[in-house]
Amino acid sequence: MKLDSKIPAGPIEKKWDNHRFALKLVNPANKRKYSVIVVGTGLAGASAAASLGELGYNVLAFSYHESPRRAHSIAAQGGINAPKNYSNDGDSVWRLFYDTVKGGDYRAREANVYRLAQVSGNIIDQCVAQGVPFARDYAGYLDNRSFGGAQVSRTFYARGQTGQQLLLGAYSALSRQLRAGAVKFFPRREMLDLVLVNGQARGIVCRNLVTGKIESYAANAVVLATGGYANVFYLSTMAKASNATAVWRVYKRGAAFGNPCFTQIHPTCIPQGGSYQSKLTLMSESLRNDGRIWVPKKKGDTRRPDQIPEDERDYYLERLYPSFGNLAPRDVASRRAKEMCDKGLGVGSTGLAVYLDFADAIKRLGKHVIEERYGNLFDMYHEITAENPYQVPMRIYPAVHYTMGGLWVDYNLMSTIPGLFVLGEANFSDHGANRLGASALMQGLADGYFIIPYTIGDYLATAPFKPVKTDDVSFKEVVGGIEGMVKKFMSINGKKTVEEFHRELGKIMWDNVGMGRNKAGLLRALKEIPALREEFWKNVKVVGQADDLNAELERAGRVADFLELGELMATDALHREESCGGHFREEHQTDDGEAKRNDKKFSYVAAWEYAGPGKSPILNKEPLEFEYVKPSQRSYK
Amino acid sequence: MDVKLKIWRQKGPDAEGRFVNYEVKDVSPDASFLEMLDILNVDLVKKGEDPVAFDHDCREGICGSCGMVVDGRPHGPNRGIATCELRMRLFEDGAEIVAEPWRAKPFPIIKDLVVDRTALDRIMQAGGYISAKTNAIPEANSIPVPKPASDEAMDAAACIGCGACVAACPNSSAMLFVAAKVSHLALLPQGKIERKERVMKMIEQMDKEGFGNCSNNYACESECPKKISVTHIARLNREFLRAEVS
Repeated sequence: MKLDSKIPAGPIEKKWDNHRFALKLVNPANKRKYSVIVVGTGLAGASAAASLGELGYNVLAFSYHESPRRAHSIAAQGGINAPKNYSNDGDSVWRLFYDTVKGGDYRAREANVYRLAQVSGNIIDQCVAQGVPFARDYAGYLDNRSFGGAQVSRTFYARGQTGQQLLLGAYSALSRQLRAGAVKFFPRREMLDLVLVNGQARGIVCRNLVTGKIESYAANAVVLATGGYANVFYLSTMAKASNATAVWRVYKRGAAFGNPCFTQIHPTCIPQGGSYQSKLTLMSESLRNDGRIWVPKKKGDTRRPDQIPEDERDYYLERLYPSFGNLAPRDVASRRAKEMCDKGLGVGSTGLAVYLDFADAIKRLGKHVIEERYGNLFDMYHEITAENPYQVPMRIYPAVHYTMGGLWVDYNLMSTIPGLFVLGEANFSDHGANRLGASALMQGLADGYFIIPYTIGDYLATAPFKPVKTDDVSFKEVVGGIEGMVKKFMSINGKKTVEEFHRELGKIMWDNVGMGRNKAGLLRALKEIPALREEFWKNVKVVGQADDLNAELERAGRVADFLELGELMATDALHREESCGGHFREEHQTDDGEAKRNDKKFSYVAAWEYAGPGKSPILNKEPLEFEYVKPSQRSYK
Repeated sequence: MDVKLKIWRQKGPDAEGRFVNYEVKDVSPDASFLEMLDILNVDLVKKGEDPVAFDHDCREGICGSCGMVVDGRPHGPNRGIATCELRMRLFEDGAEIVAEPWRAKPFPIIKDLVVDRTALDRIMQAGGYISAKTNAIPEANSIPVPKPASDEAMDAAACIGCGACVAACPNSSAMLFVAAKVSHLALLPQGKIERKERVMKMIEQMDKEGFGNCSNNYACESECPKKISVTHIARLNREFLRAEVS
């Protein structure tokens, strides 16, 4: 496999402009002759579908939800970055670029990150024009706040519901195109495979989740915006249906998978309560702006937090990172919390939690200010734990929450399959080995509103297309395969539920491919995952009918894919003999416990290529060159 | 804790439905209501029975997927939360709990507790947007928005589109849902240009879908998981009147 990143030549600040000029255009009158399938209608998918529809393409949008507004982008809380420099604190495109490359621990492509920083200002303009009610000051201008890992205030927010408001903005743009007939929406459809004709992506096969019918759709190009794969861990902050099926099945059709081991553990989640738990709830890390993180200095201290005097508390982030303090980046904050708990200093009934304390902030600013800033988060915490965080410190613990890895794409966001584009969290993206706060919303919308509308035109204008119909043999073969898989699930009739397999896989992943990784653990995972997968295909129990709304059958397909993807994640984590960002190999750390990169050997994107069933995947490397931001040891002291 | 459940089971839109009794034992009071249903479903799967179908996704009260009438009230007895945020500690040990789907003509039942709420999407498509084309837009700070207006717009925009307001209303009215969007956009300078068309088209679609009218019952506000105020309905009426006479 040849990886051509198609990074344009020239100085970094000119690359995107030059490239846009070099891209071929589709004549306005011809646009309606091209159809584009968009799978997923979260921030990236909805903004792409709406923008492509507006341009005049014939767009078919698919979601397993009943409505585009239910996508999990909606749950993002904290905010979205843009270097508008409204705070007059020295921000610039260059600084956002620099922070993102550094924050990603030098494992992202400079050219992509620069472009992301460049277009991020337009996103704010776009959203305001759509009516997104961002927070404002008393003069009526937009307000900014600082956010985990940044020393400038560049984060725009809509209370604690920024993701919701941005998604509703994109949803409204999409609704307008649906009304205009430019986009057709197919709800409750799950994409199960990609159809290739002459090596080009020409359609998808999906299951109608209400009737069970396997349906085929043809187009000139396919855009995947299907989100991340954090649910491979079972417990994560993802929505329950969030899955890797679309990306995994196109991987098996020839799309390279970039950096699968780069997963992000978010430091501020509500700790696990019991074995019944179905998911973890994240609380925006904006809480770290005013909350102070601490643990008792004494092991096994069972006193109530308000009974522990100041000098017996360890505000460990403030101690270890005096200049960033509680705002240290996510990977650092998460790892340190785990370390404290591993030392036996954790709090709460499980000992797997640290305190996030607002007492000082309430004293300094007054309860009403805290209420205005974080009211909904405090309510949510209260609802879940029955504890009042205005009175007692919150208990928090890290949880898996984002995957930086994903399908490999070039500068045009096209995968290694011609005509298959990948946007948002689903691609291996611009965040390198660690994503900074408030950057996911930015990337999803940048891809959908401001990048794909240009780059897809170049492909459509230049690629050869032979006419394709959904009753062609290429579609029928794929449909046959999917029908066979459904039949297989329904006939195994084993003893264990899909849920039980998923939980077991999640435990293997969390214990061995989680926050801290080492060779022995990864080798263990590589033994246990295939064994579990083998058992799954012999012993899973799927009840109900195939031609009906059947959540068990839906989950079976998703877990089958997680059982394969988990193995690739462990393989990738094992081969990457360094620590960087969210990938912490315990063998590779500095004397004071920070991640130790090996730029000489690992300054590349690992793009894994499927080699066939039962065969080891092939490693391809895209070397990363840093012309503008010179790699250095990340320091937040 | 142990609970007895009475759950509405219905195979499909045209099938006849009925309540079926179940028991779930040893549930943690800290578990959510949906996690309790997960436990029930694992039991049913083990027994080879069809599990209870219900919509859910984010499980943190924001996606609007979940929604069922629990003990006669949309999203259950607590105010200001979605069903996924409902915790078992709110119920007594040994309680009998009734769960049924949203009941409203514009929301046909798909299966068990799953209903089709795409009527709400069609109302949004009728005009619930500002026609701002991608990139044909001014700089974000070029139009200041008074903070009170922006804050009130945000109050309205918090709607998660779950349909509890419709399920709560004796007339199956979607007025609070429509009002939330009309109000959100009418409060902002960017939304004022299309305010007349927007309100007319959205109301027209709402009527077409078969939703009823508001008779000042206020059940919608009490059951709204985001506590959206009925004052937005007053603004909707004002916007509608304004559009009609101008």
